[in-house]
Amino acid sequence: MLAKRIIPCLDIRDGQTVKGIHFEGLRRVGDPVELGAKYAAQGADELVYLDISATQQGRRTFTDLVTRIAARIDIPFTVGGGISSVEDAGRLLEAGADKVTVNSAAVRNPALIDAIAARYGSQFVVAAIDARLVDGRRVVTTHGGTRPTDRELFTWAHECVERGAGEILFTSMDHDGTKNGYPCEVFARLAELPVPIIASGGAGTVAHIAEVLTRGGADAALAASIFHYDEIPIPTLKRELHRAGIPVRL
Amino acid sequence: MIAVVDYATGNLRSVANALRRAGAEFTLTADAALLRRAERVILPGVGEASSAMARLRERGLDEVLPTLTCPVLGICIGMQLLCLSSEEGDAECLGLFPTRVRRLPSDAESGAGTEAGIRAVEEIGGSPSAGCLLAAETFPAVGGLLAGGPLPAGGGGLAGESPTHLRLKIPHVGWDTIEELRSPLFEGVPEQSYVYYVHSYAADPCPATIATTDYGRRFSAALQRDNFFGTQFHPEKSGAVGARILQNFLNL
Repeated sequence: MLAKRIIPCLDIRDGQTVKGIHFEGLRRVGDPVELGAKYAAQGADELVYLDISATQQGRRTFTDLVTRIAARIDIPFTVGGGISSVEDAGRLLEAGADKVTVNSAAVRNPALIDAIAARYGSQFVVAAIDARLVDGRRVVTTHGGTRPTDRELFTWAHECVERGAGEILFTSMDHDGTKNGYPCEVFARLAELPVPIIASGGAGTVAHIAEVLTRGGADAALAASIFHYDEIPIPTLKRELHRAGIPVRL
Repeated sequence: MIAVVDYATGNLRSVANALRRAGAEFTLTADAALLRRAERVILPGVGEASSAMARLRERGLDEVLPTLTCPVLGICIGMQLLCLSSEEGDAECLGLFPTRVRRLPSDAESGAGTEAGIRAVEEIGGSPSAGCLLAAETFPAVGGLLAGGPLPAGGGGLAGESPTHLRLKIPHVGWDTIEELRSPLFEGVPEQSYVYYVHSYAADPCPATIATTDYGRRFSAALQRDNFFGTQFHPEKSGAVGARILQNFLNL
Protein backbone atom coordinates (compact mmCIF):
# COMPACT_ATOMS: atom_id res chain seq x y z
CA MET A 1 0.00 0.00 0.00
CA LEU A 2 1.21 3.49 -0.85
CA ALA A 3 2.77 4.97 2.29
CA LYS A 4 2.03 8.43 3.65
CA ARG A 5 5.28 10.38 3.39
CA ILE A 6 7.12 12.19 6.18
CA ILE A 7 9.26 15.01 4.81
CA PRO A 8 11.72 17.09 6.84
CA CYS A 9 12.26 20.53 5.35
CA LEU A 10 15.61 22.27 5.56
CA ASP A 11 15.84 26.00 4.96
CA ILE A 12 19.21 26.93 3.51
CA ARG A 13 20.89 30.32 3.53
CA ASP A 14 24.35 30.71 2.03
CA GLY A 15 24.82 26.94 2.14
CA GLN A 16 23.83 26.48 5.80
CA THR A 17 20.66 25.12 7.41
CA VAL A 18 18.51 27.64 9.23
CA LYS A 19 14.98 27.63 10.58
CA GLY A 20 12.96 30.73 11.12
CA ILE A 21 9.77 31.17 13.06
CA HIS A 22 7.47 32.91 10.57
CA PHE A 23 10.59 33.26 8.42
CA GLU A 24 12.10 35.67 10.95
CA GLY A 25 14.74 35.36 13.63
CA LEU A 26 16.84 32.87 11.67
CA ARG A 27 18.90 30.39 13.62
CA ARG A 28 21.39 27.79 12.36
CA VAL A 29 20.62 24.12 12.95
CA GLY A 30 23.32 22.14 11.17
CA ASP A 31 25.15 21.10 8.02
CA PRO A 32 22.59 20.45 5.24
CA VAL A 33 24.16 17.29 3.84
CA GLU A 34 24.83 15.72 7.24
CA LEU A 35 21.40 16.66 8.53
CA GLY A 36 19.74 15.25 5.38
CA ALA A 37 21.73 12.01 5.66
CA LYS A 38 20.73 11.73 9.33
CA TYR A 39 17.05 12.17 8.45
CA ALA A 40 17.30 9.65 5.60
CA ALA A 41 18.87 7.11 7.98
CA GLN A 42 16.09 7.77 10.49
CA GLY A 43 13.42 6.95 7.92
CA ALA A 44 12.53 10.25 6.26
CA ASP A 45 10.72 9.45 3.00
CA GLU A 46 11.88 12.49 1.14
CA LEU A 47 13.71 15.74 1.86
CA VAL A 48 12.93 19.31 0.87
CA TYR A 49 15.70 21.91 0.71
CA LEU A 50 14.55 25.52 0.36
CA ASP A 51 17.10 28.16 -0.56
CA ILE A 52 16.37 31.42 1.20
CA SER A 53 19.64 33.09 0.18
CA ALA A 54 19.21 36.67 -0.87
CA THR A 55 22.36 36.98 -2.98
CA GLN A 56 23.73 35.62 -6.25
CA GLN A 57 26.66 34.14 -4.38
CA GLY A 58 24.27 32.36 -2.03
CA ARG A 59 22.41 30.93 -5.03
CA ARG A 60 25.60 29.53 -6.55
CA THR A 61 26.50 27.98 -3.20
CA PHE A 62 23.08 26.32 -3.17
CA THR A 63 23.63 24.67 -6.57
CA ASP A 64 26.94 23.26 -5.34
CA LEU A 65 25.16 22.04 -2.24
CA VAL A 66 22.51 20.25 -4.37
CA THR A 67 25.33 18.39 -6.14
CA ARG A 68 26.72 17.24 -2.79
CA ILE A 69 23.27 16.23 -1.53
CA ALA A 70 22.61 14.15 -4.67
CA ALA A 71 25.92 12.33 -4.26
CA ARG A 72 25.19 11.41 -0.66
CA ILE A 73 21.42 10.95 -0.23
CA ASP A 74 19.68 7.79 -1.50
CA ILE A 75 16.07 8.98 -1.16
CA PRO A 76 14.26 11.56 -3.32
CA PHE A 77 14.79 15.23 -2.58
CA THR A 78 13.09 18.40 -3.74
CA VAL A 79 14.69 21.82 -3.96
CA GLY A 80 13.14 25.25 -4.15
CA GLY A 81 13.55 28.91 -3.44
CA GLY A 82 14.02 31.60 -6.04
CA ILE A 83 13.33 29.40 -9.08
CA SER A 84 12.03 31.82 -11.68
CA SER A 85 12.91 30.25 -15.04
CA VAL A 86 13.13 26.93 -16.86
CA GLU A 87 16.90 27.47 -16.81
CA ASP A 88 16.94 27.69 -13.01
CA ALA A 89 14.97 24.43 -12.83
CA GLY A 90 17.25 22.77 -15.39
CA ARG A 91 20.37 23.81 -13.47
CA LEU A 92 19.01 22.13 -10.32
CA LEU A 93 17.97 19.01 -12.26
CA GLU A 94 21.51 18.84 -13.65
CA ALA A 95 22.86 19.15 -10.11
CA GLY A 96 20.78 16.09 -9.16
CA ALA A 97 17.48 17.34 -7.70
CA ASP A 98 14.49 15.01 -8.16
CA LYS A 99 11.91 17.80 -8.08
CA VAL A 100 11.73 21.57 -7.85
CA THR A 101 9.19 23.75 -6.08
CA VAL A 102 8.00 26.98 -7.65
CA ASN A 103 6.25 29.58 -5.55
CA SER A 104 6.36 33.38 -5.93
CA ALA A 105 7.67 33.28 -9.49
CA ALA A 106 4.78 31.06 -10.58
CA VAL A 107 2.25 33.45 -9.05
CA ARG A 108 3.88 36.26 -11.02
CA ASN A 109 4.25 34.16 -14.17
CA PRO A 110 1.97 31.07 -14.13
CA ALA A 111 3.31 29.91 -17.51
CA LEU A 112 6.50 28.97 -15.66
CA ILE A 113 4.71 25.83 -14.42
CA ASP A 114 3.68 24.85 -17.97
CA ALA A 115 7.20 25.47 -19.23
CA ILE A 116 8.97 23.37 -16.58
CA ALA A 117 6.39 20.56 -16.84
CA ALA A 118 6.65 20.48 -20.63
CA ARG A 119 10.44 20.34 -20.52
CA TYR A 120 11.04 17.99 -17.58
CA GLY A 121 7.66 16.38 -16.82
CA SER A 122 4.95 17.03 -14.23
CA GLN A 123 6.67 14.74 -11.73
CA PHE A 124 9.47 17.32 -11.55
CA VAL A 125 7.28 20.34 -10.64
CA VAL A 126 5.83 20.91 -7.18
CA ALA A 127 3.69 24.02 -6.83
CA ALA A 128 4.37 25.51 -3.39
CA ILE A 129 1.48 27.70 -2.25
CA ASP A 130 1.42 29.95 0.82
CA ALA A 131 -1.89 31.48 1.85
CA ARG A 132 -3.45 33.29 4.78
CA LEU A 133 -6.99 34.10 5.80
CA VAL A 134 -7.93 37.70 4.95
CA ASP A 135 -11.53 38.75 5.61
CA GLY A 136 -12.76 35.16 5.40
CA ARG A 137 -10.98 34.55 2.10
CA ARG A 138 -7.89 32.35 1.69
CA VAL A 139 -5.50 34.66 -0.10
CA VAL A 140 -2.33 33.42 -1.80
CA THR A 141 0.75 35.22 -0.51
CA THR A 142 4.30 35.47 -1.82
CA HIS A 143 7.73 36.29 -0.44
CA GLY A 144 7.44 34.13 2.65
CA GLY A 145 3.88 35.13 3.38
CA THR A 146 4.60 38.85 3.47
CA ARG A 147 2.85 39.89 0.26
CA PRO A 148 -0.84 39.13 -0.31
CA THR A 149 -1.92 38.69 -3.92
CA ASP A 150 -5.35 38.86 -5.56
CA ARG A 151 -5.43 35.09 -6.03
CA GLU A 152 -7.71 32.78 -4.05
CA LEU A 153 -6.14 29.55 -2.72
CA PHE A 154 -8.39 26.86 -4.25
CA THR A 155 -8.65 28.57 -7.64
CA TRP A 156 -4.89 28.95 -7.80
CA ALA A 157 -4.24 25.35 -6.67
CA HIS A 158 -6.56 24.10 -9.39
CA GLU A 159 -4.83 26.29 -11.97
CA CYS A 160 -1.40 24.98 -10.90
CA VAL A 161 -2.57 21.40 -11.51
CA GLU A 162 -4.12 22.33 -14.86
CA ARG A 163 -0.80 23.87 -15.87
CA GLY A 164 1.09 20.69 -15.04
CA ALA A 165 2.17 20.77 -11.39
CA GLY A 166 2.65 17.17 -10.25
CA GLU A 167 2.20 17.90 -6.53
CA ILE A 168 0.94 20.74 -4.33
CA LEU A 169 2.86 21.81 -1.22
CA PHE A 170 0.54 23.99 0.83
CA THR A 171 1.51 26.13 3.83
CA SER A 172 -1.07 28.04 5.80
CA MET A 173 0.83 31.13 6.91
CA ASP A 174 -1.66 31.55 9.77
CA HIS A 175 -0.53 28.20 11.18
CA ASP A 176 3.13 28.07 10.17
CA GLY A 177 5.42 28.12 13.20
CA THR A 178 2.55 27.98 15.71
CA LYS A 179 2.68 24.21 16.44
CA ASN A 180 -1.09 24.30 16.93
CA GLY A 181 -1.92 21.92 14.08
CA TYR A 182 -2.83 22.12 10.42
CA PRO A 183 -6.07 23.60 9.03
CA CYS A 184 -7.45 20.18 8.08
CA GLU A 185 -10.64 21.51 6.48
CA VAL A 186 -8.50 23.36 3.96
CA PHE A 187 -6.44 20.24 3.23
CA ALA A 188 -9.60 18.14 2.84
CA ARG A 189 -10.64 20.45 0.01
CA LEU A 190 -7.20 20.44 -1.58
CA ALA A 191 -7.23 16.63 -1.37
CA GLU A 192 -9.96 16.61 -4.02
CA LEU A 193 -7.33 17.61 -6.57
CA PRO A 194 -5.98 14.71 -8.68
CA VAL A 195 -2.35 15.19 -7.54
CA PRO A 196 -0.66 14.44 -4.20
CA ILE A 197 -0.90 17.12 -1.49
CA ILE A 198 1.96 17.85 0.90
CA ALA A 199 0.86 19.51 4.14
CA SER A 200 3.20 22.07 5.66
CA GLY A 201 3.19 24.52 8.54
CA GLY A 202 1.78 24.03 12.01
CA ALA A 203 2.79 20.57 13.21
CA GLY A 204 3.47 20.43 16.95
CA THR A 205 2.41 16.89 17.88
CA VAL A 206 2.11 13.40 16.38
CA ALA A 207 -1.68 13.80 16.54
CA HIS A 208 -1.52 16.91 14.34
CA ILE A 209 0.34 14.96 11.67
CA ALA A 210 -1.99 11.96 11.98
CA GLU A 211 -4.97 14.28 11.54
CA VAL A 212 -3.75 15.99 8.41
CA LEU A 213 -2.89 12.62 6.83
CA THR A 214 -6.37 11.25 7.58
CA ARG A 215 -9.08 13.87 8.11
CA GLY A 216 -7.08 16.31 6.00
CA GLY A 217 -6.55 13.71 3.27
CA ALA A 218 -2.93 14.84 2.74
CA ASP A 219 -0.49 12.43 1.10
CA ALA A 220 2.56 13.73 2.93
CA ALA A 221 3.43 15.89 5.90
CA LEU A 222 6.33 18.29 5.84
CA ALA A 223 7.83 19.83 8.95
CA ALA A 224 11.04 21.46 10.07
CA SER A 225 11.55 22.56 13.65
CA ILE A 226 9.98 19.50 15.31
CA PHE A 227 12.65 17.42 13.57
CA HIS A 228 15.54 19.89 13.80
CA TYR A 229 15.16 20.27 17.54
CA ASP A 230 14.36 16.57 18.08
CA GLU A 231 10.97 17.40 19.56
CA ILE A 232 9.47 14.50 17.60
CA PRO A 233 12.17 12.17 16.27
CA ILE A 234 11.19 10.65 12.90
CA PRO A 235 11.40 7.00 14.13
CA THR A 236 9.02 7.82 17.02
CA LEU A 237 6.63 9.64 14.69
CA LYS A 238 6.51 6.79 12.19
CA ARG A 239 6.08 4.13 14.88
CA GLU A 240 3.16 6.07 16.34
CA LEU A 241 1.53 6.56 12.94
CA HIS A 242 2.00 2.88 12.13
CA ARG A 243 0.58 1.80 15.48
CA ALA A 244 -2.47 3.90 14.68
CA GLY A 245 -3.01 2.13 11.35
CA ILE A 246 -1.70 4.83 9.03
CA PRO A 247 0.40 3.28 6.23
CA VAL A 248 4.00 4.44 6.66
CA ARG A 249 7.34 3.04 5.54
CA LEU A 250 9.17 1.61 8.56
CA MET B 1 32.84 -2.51 -16.80
CA ILE B 2 29.31 -1.22 -16.20
CA ALA B 3 27.73 0.83 -18.96
CA VAL B 4 24.91 3.27 -18.22
CA VAL B 5 23.10 4.01 -21.46
CA ASP B 6 23.25 7.75 -22.17
CA TYR B 7 20.35 8.62 -24.46
CA ALA B 8 19.59 12.11 -23.13
CA THR B 9 17.09 11.02 -20.51
CA GLY B 10 16.46 12.34 -17.02
CA ASN B 11 17.88 10.29 -14.20
CA LEU B 12 21.38 9.46 -15.46
CA ARG B 13 22.91 11.41 -12.61
CA SER B 14 20.83 9.63 -9.96
CA VAL B 15 21.87 6.24 -11.30
CA ALA B 16 25.50 7.38 -11.56
CA ASN B 17 25.42 8.62 -7.95
CA ALA B 18 23.94 5.32 -6.74
CA LEU B 19 26.66 3.34 -8.55
CA ARG B 20 29.32 5.57 -6.98
CA ARG B 21 27.80 4.94 -3.54
CA ALA B 22 28.01 1.20 -4.32
CA GLY B 23 31.71 1.69 -5.16
CA ALA B 24 31.15 0.51 -8.76
CA GLU B 25 33.08 1.77 -11.79
CA PHE B 26 30.96 2.73 -14.75
CA THR B 27 30.83 4.71 -17.93
CA LEU B 28 28.02 6.75 -19.49
CA THR B 29 27.77 5.84 -23.15
CA ALA B 30 25.59 5.32 -26.20
CA ASP B 31 28.38 3.60 -28.13
CA ALA B 32 27.34 0.19 -29.53
CA ALA B 33 30.84 -1.30 -29.29
CA LEU B 34 31.21 -0.25 -25.64
CA LEU B 35 27.77 -1.64 -24.78
CA ARG B 36 28.65 -5.00 -26.40
CA ARG B 37 31.84 -5.21 -24.32
CA ALA B 38 30.16 -4.19 -21.04
CA GLU B 39 29.69 -6.67 -18.19
CA ARG B 40 26.51 -4.91 -17.01
CA VAL B 41 24.25 -2.49 -18.86
CA ILE B 42 21.78 -0.15 -17.14
CA LEU B 43 19.07 1.57 -19.17
CA PRO B 44 17.69 4.43 -17.04
CA GLY B 45 14.83 6.66 -18.03
CA VAL B 46 12.52 9.41 -16.92
CA GLY B 47 10.01 11.18 -19.08
CA GLU B 48 7.71 10.15 -21.88
CA ALA B 49 7.88 6.68 -23.49
CA SER B 50 7.47 7.41 -27.21
CA SER B 51 10.08 10.19 -27.23
CA ALA B 52 12.45 8.04 -25.16
CA MET B 53 11.96 5.23 -27.69
CA ALA B 54 12.67 7.69 -30.51
CA ARG B 55 15.94 8.70 -28.83
CA LEU B 56 16.97 5.03 -28.58
CA ARG B 57 16.25 4.57 -32.31
CA GLU B 58 18.16 7.73 -33.29
CA ARG B 59 21.23 6.18 -31.68
CA GLY B 60 20.62 2.75 -33.21
CA LEU B 61 20.25 1.31 -29.71
CA ASP B 62 16.98 -0.44 -30.58
CA GLU B 63 19.15 -2.82 -32.66
CA VAL B 64 21.93 -3.19 -30.10
CA LEU B 65 20.08 -3.69 -26.80
CA PRO B 66 18.18 -6.91 -27.72
CA THR B 67 21.45 -8.58 -28.80
CA LEU B 68 23.25 -8.02 -25.47
CA THR B 69 24.14 -11.16 -23.52
CA CYS B 70 25.33 -9.59 -20.23
CA PRO B 71 22.82 -8.70 -17.46
CA VAL B 72 20.80 -5.65 -18.52
CA LEU B 73 18.68 -3.58 -16.10
CA GLY B 74 16.00 -1.17 -17.30
CA ILE B 75 14.74 1.33 -14.72
CA CYS B 76 11.30 2.99 -14.92
CA ILE B 77 10.90 4.15 -18.55
CA GLY B 78 14.00 2.07 -19.27
CA MET B 79 12.06 -1.02 -18.18
CA GLN B 80 8.96 0.03 -20.13
CA LEU B 81 11.02 0.33 -23.33
CA LEU B 82 11.94 -3.36 -22.96
CA CYS B 83 8.22 -4.34 -23.06
CA LEU B 84 6.10 -4.92 -26.18
CA SER B 85 4.50 -1.50 -26.32
CA SER B 86 3.39 1.48 -24.27
CA GLU B 87 0.10 3.34 -24.37
CA GLU B 88 2.05 6.51 -23.66
CA GLY B 89 2.49 8.15 -27.05
CA ASP B 90 1.39 4.82 -28.60
CA ALA B 91 4.98 3.54 -28.60
CA GLU B 92 6.15 0.26 -30.11
CA CYS B 93 8.90 -0.94 -27.78
CA LEU B 94 11.65 -3.59 -27.89
CA GLY B 95 9.52 -6.61 -26.99
CA LEU B 96 11.96 -8.34 -24.63
CA PHE B 97 9.31 -8.69 -21.91
CA PRO B 98 6.01 -10.23 -23.10
CA THR B 99 3.74 -7.54 -21.66
CA ARG B 100 2.22 -4.19 -22.49
CA VAL B 101 2.45 -0.90 -20.62
CA ARG B 102 -0.87 0.77 -19.85
CA ARG B 103 -1.95 3.90 -18.01
CA LEU B 104 -2.75 3.39 -14.32
CA PRO B 105 -6.44 3.72 -13.43
CA SER B 106 -7.46 6.75 -11.38
CA ASP B 107 -10.29 4.84 -9.71
CA ALA B 108 -10.13 1.84 -7.43
CA GLU B 109 -12.22 0.13 -4.80
CA SER B 110 -10.34 0.67 -1.59
CA GLY B 111 -11.08 1.69 1.96
CA ALA B 112 -7.54 2.80 2.67
CA GLY B 113 -6.94 5.99 4.50
CA THR B 114 -10.23 7.40 5.68
CA GLU B 115 -11.94 5.31 8.31
CA ALA B 116 -8.73 3.72 9.55
CA GLY B 117 -7.23 7.15 9.77
CA ILE B 118 -9.94 8.75 11.82
CA ARG B 119 -9.76 5.80 14.22
CA ALA B 120 -6.00 6.34 14.22
CA VAL B 121 -6.22 9.91 15.45
CA GLU B 122 -8.48 8.83 18.26
CA GLU B 123 -6.10 6.02 19.24
CA ILE B 124 -3.15 8.39 19.38
CA GLY B 125 -5.24 10.33 21.85
CA GLY B 126 -4.51 13.69 20.36
CA SER B 127 -6.83 16.60 20.73
CA PRO B 128 -8.08 17.11 17.19
CA SER B 129 -8.12 20.79 16.39
CA ALA B 130 -11.45 22.50 15.90
CA GLY B 131 -10.75 22.84 12.21
CA CYS B 132 -10.47 19.10 11.78
CA LEU B 133 -13.63 18.26 13.68
CA LEU B 134 -15.42 20.84 11.63
CA ALA B 135 -14.08 19.28 8.44
CA ALA B 136 -15.16 15.80 9.52
CA GLU B 137 -18.66 17.02 10.13
CA THR B 138 -18.93 18.93 6.92
CA PHE B 139 -17.36 16.58 4.37
CA PRO B 140 -20.64 16.24 2.45
CA ALA B 141 -20.92 20.02 2.44
CA VAL B 142 -17.39 20.27 1.08
CA GLY B 143 -18.42 17.93 -1.71
CA GLY B 144 -21.42 20.08 -2.42
CA LEU B 145 -19.32 23.21 -2.64
CA LEU B 146 -16.93 21.46 -4.98
CA ALA B 147 -19.65 20.41 -7.38
CA GLY B 148 -20.20 24.01 -8.34
CA GLY B 149 -16.79 25.33 -7.41
CA PRO B 150 -13.47 25.61 -9.16
CA LEU B 151 -12.21 22.17 -8.13
CA PRO B 152 -13.19 18.95 -9.92
CA ALA B 153 -15.63 16.92 -7.81
CA GLY B 154 -14.31 13.66 -9.19
CA GLY B 155 -15.99 11.31 -6.72
CA GLY B 156 -13.29 11.75 -4.08
CA GLY B 157 -13.24 9.31 -1.20
CA LEU B 158 -14.22 11.88 1.38
CA ALA B 159 -17.02 13.56 -0.48
CA GLY B 160 -18.14 10.95 -3.02
CA GLU B 161 -21.25 8.82 -2.95
CA SER B 162 -19.53 5.70 -1.66
CA PRO B 163 -17.15 6.13 1.26
CA THR B 164 -15.04 3.21 0.07
CA HIS B 165 -14.68 4.44 -3.51
CA LEU B 166 -11.40 6.34 -3.53
CA ARG B 167 -10.03 8.36 -6.36
CA LEU B 168 -6.37 7.48 -6.82
CA LYS B 169 -3.81 10.18 -7.44
CA ILE B 170 -1.92 9.88 -10.70
CA PRO B 171 1.05 9.81 -11.05
CA HIS B 172 1.69 7.09 -8.50
CA VAL B 173 4.31 8.97 -6.43
CA GLY B 174 6.02 7.78 -3.30
CA TRP B 175 6.92 4.64 -1.40
CA ASP B 176 4.90 1.51 -2.08
CA THR B 177 5.33 -2.18 -1.28
CA ILE B 178 6.58 -4.95 -3.56
CA GLU B 179 5.42 -8.54 -3.23
CA GLU B 180 5.51 -11.97 -4.92
CA LEU B 181 9.28 -11.54 -5.17
CA ARG B 182 10.99 -14.25 -7.20
CA SER B 183 14.39 -13.47 -8.68
CA PRO B 184 18.05 -13.28 -7.61
CA LEU B 185 17.50 -9.52 -7.99
CA PHE B 186 15.61 -9.65 -4.67
CA GLU B 187 18.11 -11.79 -2.73
CA GLY B 188 17.83 -10.67 0.91
CA VAL B 189 14.93 -8.29 0.19
CA PRO B 190 11.84 -9.14 2.30
CA GLU B 191 8.32 -9.30 0.88
CA GLN B 192 6.41 -6.03 1.41
CA SER B 193 9.58 -3.94 1.29
CA TYR B 194 9.01 -0.31 0.36
CA VAL B 195 10.48 1.13 -2.84
CA TYR B 196 10.15 4.55 -4.46
CA TYR B 197 7.87 5.06 -7.46
CA VAL B 198 7.12 7.96 -9.80
CA HIS B 199 5.04 6.87 -12.81
CA SER B 200 1.66 7.07 -14.54
CA TYR B 201 2.01 3.95 -16.73
CA ALA B 202 2.76 0.37 -15.72
CA ALA B 203 3.29 -3.07 -17.27
CA ASP B 204 0.63 -5.75 -16.84
CA PRO B 205 1.64 -8.91 -14.93
CA CYS B 206 2.98 -11.64 -17.23
CA PRO B 207 5.13 -14.79 -16.95
CA ALA B 208 8.25 -12.57 -16.75
CA THR B 209 6.91 -10.72 -13.69
CA ILE B 210 9.24 -11.15 -10.70
CA ALA B 211 7.54 -8.67 -8.33
CA THR B 212 4.19 -6.94 -8.17
CA THR B 213 2.64 -3.83 -6.62
CA ASP B 214 -1.03 -2.88 -6.32
CA TYR B 215 -2.13 0.63 -7.19
CA GLY B 216 -5.60 0.65 -8.65
CA ARG B 217 -4.62 -2.60 -10.33
CA ARG B 218 -1.83 -5.12 -9.87
CA PHE B 219 1.15 -4.36 -12.10
CA SER B 220 4.68 -5.63 -12.72
CA ALA B 221 6.97 -3.95 -10.18
CA ALA B 222 9.84 -5.85 -11.80
CA LEU B 223 10.41 -8.15 -14.76
CA GLN B 224 13.03 -10.65 -15.79
CA ARG B 225 13.57 -12.72 -18.90
CA ASP B 226 16.92 -14.45 -19.36
CA ASN B 227 19.59 -11.78 -18.87
CA PHE B 228 17.13 -8.87 -19.07
CA PHE B 229 15.82 -7.27 -15.86
CA GLY B 230 13.61 -4.29 -15.27
CA THR B 231 12.20 -2.36 -12.31
CA GLN B 232 9.30 0.07 -12.54
CA PHE B 233 10.44 1.64 -9.26
CA HIS B 234 13.67 3.57 -8.76
CA PRO B 235 16.23 1.46 -6.86
CA GLU B 236 18.63 4.42 -7.02
CA LYS B 237 16.17 6.41 -4.86
CA SER B 238 14.89 3.59 -2.65
CA GLY B 239 17.27 3.88 0.32
CA ALA B 240 18.84 0.72 1.71
CA VAL B 241 16.38 -1.63 -0.06
CA GLY B 242 17.18 -0.03 -3.41
CA ALA B 243 20.91 -0.18 -2.75
CA ARG B 244 20.57 -3.91 -2.02
CA ILE B 245 18.67 -4.51 -5.29
CA LEU B 246 21.32 -2.62 -7.30
CA GLN B 247 24.06 -4.56 -5.51
CA ASN B 248 22.25 -7.82 -6.32
CA PHE B 249 22.20 -6.82 -9.98
CA LEU B 250 25.93 -6.04 -9.88
CA ASN B 251 26.58 -9.40 -8.18
CA LEU B 252 24.64 -11.50 -10.74
